Amino acid sequence: MSGPSLMDSLFQRTLEDLIKGLRQQLIGEQAFISKALEEIRKEIKSTDLSTKSTALLKLCYLSNLHFHDMSFAAFHALEVLSSPRFSHKKIAYHAISLSFHDSTPVLLLITNHLRKDLTSTNEFEVSLSLQCLSRIANVDLARDLTPEVFTLLSSNKLYVRKRAVAVVLRVFEKYPDSVRVCFKRLVENLENYDPQILSAVVGVFSELACKDPRSYLPLAPEFYKILVDSKSNWISIKVLKIFAKLAPLEPRLANRVVEPICDLMRKTGAKSLLFECVRTVVTSFSEYESAVRLAVEKIREFLVDEDPNLKYLGLHALSIVASKHLWVVSENKEVVIKSLSDPDPNIKIESLRLVMAMVSEHNVAEISKVLVNYALKSDPLFCNEILGSILSTCSRNVYEIIVDFDWYVSLLGEMSRIPHCQMGEEIENQFIDIGLRVKDVRPELVRVARDLLIDPALLGNSFLHRVLSAAAWVSGEYVEFSRNPLEFMEALLQPRTSLLPPSIMAIYIQSAFKVLVFCLHTCFVRGGSTAGVSASASYESFDDLSVENGADSTVAHGQTCTSAPITNESIVNLLKLVELALSPLLGSHDVEVQERARNLLGFVDLIKLEALNSSGQEENDSERKGVEATKIIRLVHDAFSKELGPVSLTAQGKVPVPDGLTLNENLGDLETICGDIELPSSNTFSFGYPSEEKDVSSFSNLQIKEDSGQSNESTSLLAEHRKRHGLYYLPSGKSEVISNDYPPANDPALQGDNNDNASDLVKLTAESLVPKRKPNHSKPRPVVVKLDEVDEKPVAVKQLESRDDSLSGAVRDILFGSEDILPTSSRSNLPNSNRKGKKKQHMITQVESKENVVDDGNSSSRRRKDHSHGKERRHRKKNAEERNETDRKEKESSSNHPRRHKSRQRAEEPLKVPPQTSVIPDFLL
Amino acid sequence: MIKAVMVMNTQGKPRLAKFFDFLPVEKQQELIRRVFGVLCSRPENVSNFIEAESIFGPDSRLVYNHFATLYFVVVFDSSENELAMLDLIQLLVQQTLERCFKNVCELDIVFNYSKIHTILDEIILGGQVLETRSTEIMRAVEEISKLEAATNAISFIPKSASSWLSR
Repeated sequence: MSGPSLMDSLFQRTLEDLIKGLRQQLIGEQAFISKALEEIRKEIKSTDLSTKSTALLKLCYLSNLHFHDMSFAAFHALEVLSSPRFSHKKIAYHAISLSFHDSTPVLLLITNHLRKDLTSTNEFEVSLSLQCLSRIANVDLARDLTPEVFTLLSSNKLYVRKRAVAVVLRVFEKYPDSVRVCFKRLVENLENYDPQILSAVVGVFSELACKDPRSYLPLAPEFYKILVDSKSNWISIKVLKIFAKLAPLEPRLANRVVEPICDLMRKTGAKSLLFECVRTVVTSFSEYESAVRLAVEKIREFLVDEDPNLKYLGLHALSIVASKHLWVVSENKEVVIKSLSDPDPNIKIESLRLVMAMVSEHNVAEISKVLVNYALKSDPLFCNEILGSILSTCSRNVYEIIVDFDWYVSLLGEMSRIPHCQMGEEIENQFIDIGLRVKDVRPELVRVARDLLIDPALLGNSFLHRVLSAAAWVSGEYVEFSRNPLEFMEALLQPRTSLLPPSIMAIYIQSAFKVLVFCLHTCFVRGGSTAGVSASASYESFDDLSVENGADSTVAHGQTCTSAPITNESIVNLLKLVELALSPLLGSHDVEVQERARNLLGFVDLIKLEALNSSGQEENDSERKGVEATKIIRLVHDAFSKELGPVSLTAQGKVPVPDGLTLNENLGDLETICGDIELPSSNTFSFGYPSEEKDVSSFSNLQIKEDSGQSNESTSLLAEHRKRHGLYYLPSGKSEVISNDYPPANDPALQGDNNDNASDLVKLTAESLVPKRKPNHSKPRPVVVKLDEVDEKPVAVKQLESRDDSLSGAVRDILFGSEDILPTSSRSNLPNSNRKGKKKQHMITQVESKENVVDDGNSSSRRRKDHSHGKERRHRKKNAEERNETDRKEKESSSNHPRRHKSRQRAEEPLKVPPQTSVIPDFLL
Repeated sequence: MIKAVMVMNTQGKPRLAKFFDFLPVEKQQELIRRVFGVLCSRPENVSNFIEAESIFGPDSRLVYNHFATLYFVVVFDSSENELAMLDLIQLLVQQTLERCFKNVCELDIVFNYSKIHTILDEIILGGQVLETRSTEIMRAVEEISKLEAATNAISFIPKSASSWLSR
């Protein structure tokens, strides 16, 4: 006899020894475990089942709590399973449920073991095998063991029966055909008086109804009875879950059920059940005013409860209500806002969500202001949570709620300066997106970009790099709105830019290129006229000037501010600066940076001579000499001055595919790789990496031209408005550098106590949530360029429906008695009377279609049908949606007809379905 | 449906892991680690929920409770009630384990690996709660232990006898 000797099995370590050893191990846990595993591998080959099972148990332990793979022991587990002893069996089943899965090779060998144990007289053995089946059942196991499970569904032993009921769920899921065998017995168990059985059955139905509620409508009367009679909270909760799914499908059912649920809500003392009632009402019965009021009352109790769990759930329930009844949130806004400063992160986030739900275009400014201030004082995690939700709320539906974009852009700038801010990417996207979409905001955008760029401290924060890249891009693209382009040059070329990652560095250089071209163009091509004016004006007076004249100049040139002093001398300095800053980058390891630096330096070389010459000579002279240079500058300037616009996600689809190009050749499998990559939501824009901009702009030009007429109109309106109500506009002066006023985040003075802060918040919303005349009501909203395609963004067609088809089909088959649901095409074959039915109101259609069915079977209901026709005339008004719904109902109810034949066929199992189906209308009407 | 039940100590060592769907051990380990990562950063006296969708995928919720040195965690989906799941933890710990072990502590759970699983199997089958009366759970667990002991006792003598004979 091979295998370990008696001594080995006598002195085999038990699981307890193993655990003790693990706790006292001197050689390190990993070493100890691998030694133990070695031992186990030896022991598990033993022919002695006791030794084997002990080894298996030890292996389970190591697999379960120390995560060592035990798939090698699959066959050994089966061997132990064949032992007649209960203790061995138990270990084997445990091992199997831990390690078996659909592709375990020995899975098929288990069927007979399971069958034997399922029919065992020992209820615990049966229980073990059911437990195991509920974990490992696959199609084959489910199919082969359906008869055994079916028998157990009516077992005398409640202990076994409730487990069989629970297993049915997995069996149905894996092998939908088993529904035909087991469903009736499952339904019979609904009428069982034992609460344990009932709990199990209702649990199974709530799972099933989750996936496909419509199929279980016929069982509504049974569920209703349970709802009314149930004494157990567990059962009530599950039944409520079922009704939450069924009620939206059938208004009459909702009518019927809403009262008992309210009763339950009033009577129950259990918080879990109470919460479930509340949730059911707010999700599925939100159109029942009185029920919602009652639920809200209960929610309020939750909100003021000491227990953070209840408070959290109360807020959670509020956020469900918020989508349909916003008044509920405003009614409770004090609690909600106070919760923002709760120590519990869950509660904070939930209340933040609610606050954001209350945001409208009237109060967005105030709420955001307070939240941003609050974000300054909160921990990094919540701070970013706040910023993220402000960003997403404000950008919803292409900035639907933003009226004053100047304000929003400066808010973005403010947010990026918050020390914990990690939303760089989102802010970057919005900066560029707004720049592309909203013409009128560009001057302010440039100002914000300038403030960000000139601050050398920001370059040190890696989270801000993305924001800075957007700022750099803005500065290059919209440099014509800048008051002092030279300042931009200095900012873009400052030494600390070496801290930037190369990709952003490249954007900086390209932007510097654009700014430089602009400067040169202003100086040489457009002549000194503007330069002269601004040169004479000091900064202060210039600011005044721009406030007064800004409007005029906007209308006149479509460019707001004039440029700052650009003289030949400054140009020379500028060129020197460029050379100084970029020469080291010629050796950069990043090709992008290197190439762009080379471009810019090459350009500088090209014009340097002319510029230098002209600086020393008279203007006339330079004009003559600099013809060549001017030509170049004009050329490059023209290249840069093409405007960029947002690009639709589907734009590429509009490009015709050239002949002879097969796009999906050899790339067919790319879809499987990229299939799960989500497309960005409504924010469609092209991030104009400088190299791409020319291609990109051509797409959007059309759009922009369309809008330009409108935008001019609104700009002039805006200008007028600004004149009259200058008070309400953000000052555009340079002195308003918001950043510098910011106290550091951890300033103790600001830390304050939360209550203070909370009361601030409360005050704020108390004011801001009251609808009042706001100045920016009258301000015309700037034009926001939208693309038609934005709304109909490509949505991946969900193929969710088909997944459960086989199961729900089988269930319908039993409940409605049809072979399968009528395909849509066959609708046209419905009898003429059915078509008339479509024109009728909901309830009547239901009655009628019911009768159609009866009509098919026996013609006795002719009279009532005529009656309903009479009604039909009275209720001609119909809308398409209702019709669709009734169509579907007809399909289902008309499918009653074929099942009669079937019940005849299956004489051996007299189905109780006919009374059941006919019960629904009686019950509901 | 319940997706998983986990028990881990305040150092993050798993003491019980029960997943109701098959997961490779590496994945189990990762999930437990991530759950612990969130748990250990939570202050005392806050709500017992954790945002679980980032860890367990869509439609998953998580409640936990902290007893002495142990975290009890239940992961479930929208067809369960959050407060009922908290009650379930209460049932498991204070009504069942407490009775089984008298002043249950971490060591009891460490050394009674099989028994804990037996208890859990009595309460939950295939992710569904089947038994919520602690007396019934106790009765079944005791009977199972008796049955095990009986089969083991019978086994011991014949085993040695047969081994002797085979020599």
